[in-house]
Amino acid sequence: MSSGGHHAHPPKQPDIEDGPYSWHMALTDAVADLLLAKGVITGEELRRTLETIDAATPARGARLVARAWCDPAFRTRLLEDVNAAAAELGIDAGAIPILAVENTPELHNVIVCTLCSCYPRYLLGAAPDWYKSRAYRSRVVREPRAVLAEFGLELPDHVRIEVHDSTAELRYMVLPLRPPGSEGLAEEALAALVTRDCLIGTAVPRVPAES
Amino acid sequence: MAEAERVVRRHHDMGGLPAGPVEPVEHAHAPWEKKVDAILRLLVGKGVMTLDELRRGIEELGPGAYDELAYFERWISSISNILLEKGVIEVAELGAAIEAARARREATP
Amino acid sequence: MTVRPRYRPGQRVRVRRWDPPGHVRTPFYVRGHRGEIVRVIGPMPNPEDLAYGRTDRPPVPVYRVRFRRRELWPEDPRAQEDTVVADLCEHWLEPVGSGS
Repeated sequence: MSSGGHHAHPPKQPDIEDGPYSWHMALTDAVADLLLAKGVITGEELRRTLETIDAATPARGARLVARAWCDPAFRTRLLEDVNAAAAELGIDAGAIPILAVENTPELHNVIVCTLCSCYPRYLLGAAPDWYKSRAYRSRVVREPRAVLAEFGLELPDHVRIEVHDSTAELRYMVLPLRPPGSEGLAEEALAALVTRDCLIGTAVPRVPAES
Repeated sequence: MAEAERVVRRHHDMGGLPAGPVEPVEHAHAPWEKKVDAILRLLVGKGVMTLDELRRGIEELGPGAYDELAYFERWISSISNILLEKGVIEVAELGAAIEAARARREATP
Repeated sequence: MTVRPRYRPGQRVRVRRWDPPGHVRTPFYVRGHRGEIVRVIGPMPNPEDLAYGRTDRPPVPVYRVRFRRRELWPEDPRAQEDTVVADLCEHWLEPVGSGS
């Protein structure tokens, strides 16, 4: 999965990947084995759910944004009901309602979950580790400009930043502004400009400079 | 943090507290992490447990575990505690199942 | 069961300065502070019930409430009028008179 960020450093990997078989890994297998043995879940359900998890990537959110940029009626429907708009494109956005918060020339939106790490996982896939970190969750509500600057995003003073703290069973995605210089691009090329971080609000779409 | 705030502010409730720079870390999820996620989705979908029970279980792990465990380690710890509370699984069978999982792993080089 | 929401968009509210034990979804940093109702999300199951497996209790109105960052952290020198929106249950809110 492409990281889609504007970070200067390569991603680090704090969680265990190829390490030894940890106690928590054994616990995970044990819980799954017992749930299967008791018929609480079936092997088929487990396989299908794992497929669903793998299918959700930020490309889904990017498709919604690109379609909204190209089709004003779709944009209206997306702002009214993200889950229904996603279904139009054959995307299952899950049972938890998602709300699109739209950037304007005067407003920039950012999402966070200060209490745990709620994230529109059914639409964007797994949340990056930094989104779940103590630093991001603690600081972005109080000093959003400083945090965004760490992501390389400096916003002018006249742009209000609104931080959305996901404290109820509602998830958020940012509908970013279509970037200048993208006028001639087709929908698919537009979608490629919309990285995961653009959908969280820690980045904005940019048209790459001609090299 | 003021003394009164330290008493009533829970460990997971960190919005607005000072913290260091946001390190741009991320990693591709390992199969066991996806398995934890899948277990939770199925249990919530079937009404065996709620998302807020998962959250309560994580909050009840306490400050030490909250900071020391990896994200999905917190999840499976909470899930297994909630399933024990509800009587969906029992301590002894979980002990045996962990032993069996380890033995299976050791048998496959 | 339908629950009639007590507040409407545009109304000013204050978040209760409660600090109960148990599972709570009202962040500490908004407690005791004034905000404005942005939107009624509608009746939703109360997370304070769901956290203990009680899925049969009546739903509660939930609102999107907008706070000015300067209201939350007046000691911060930044001049920008940035805002935070949190989603809060009705029983955590109390009305603010037009004068305050």
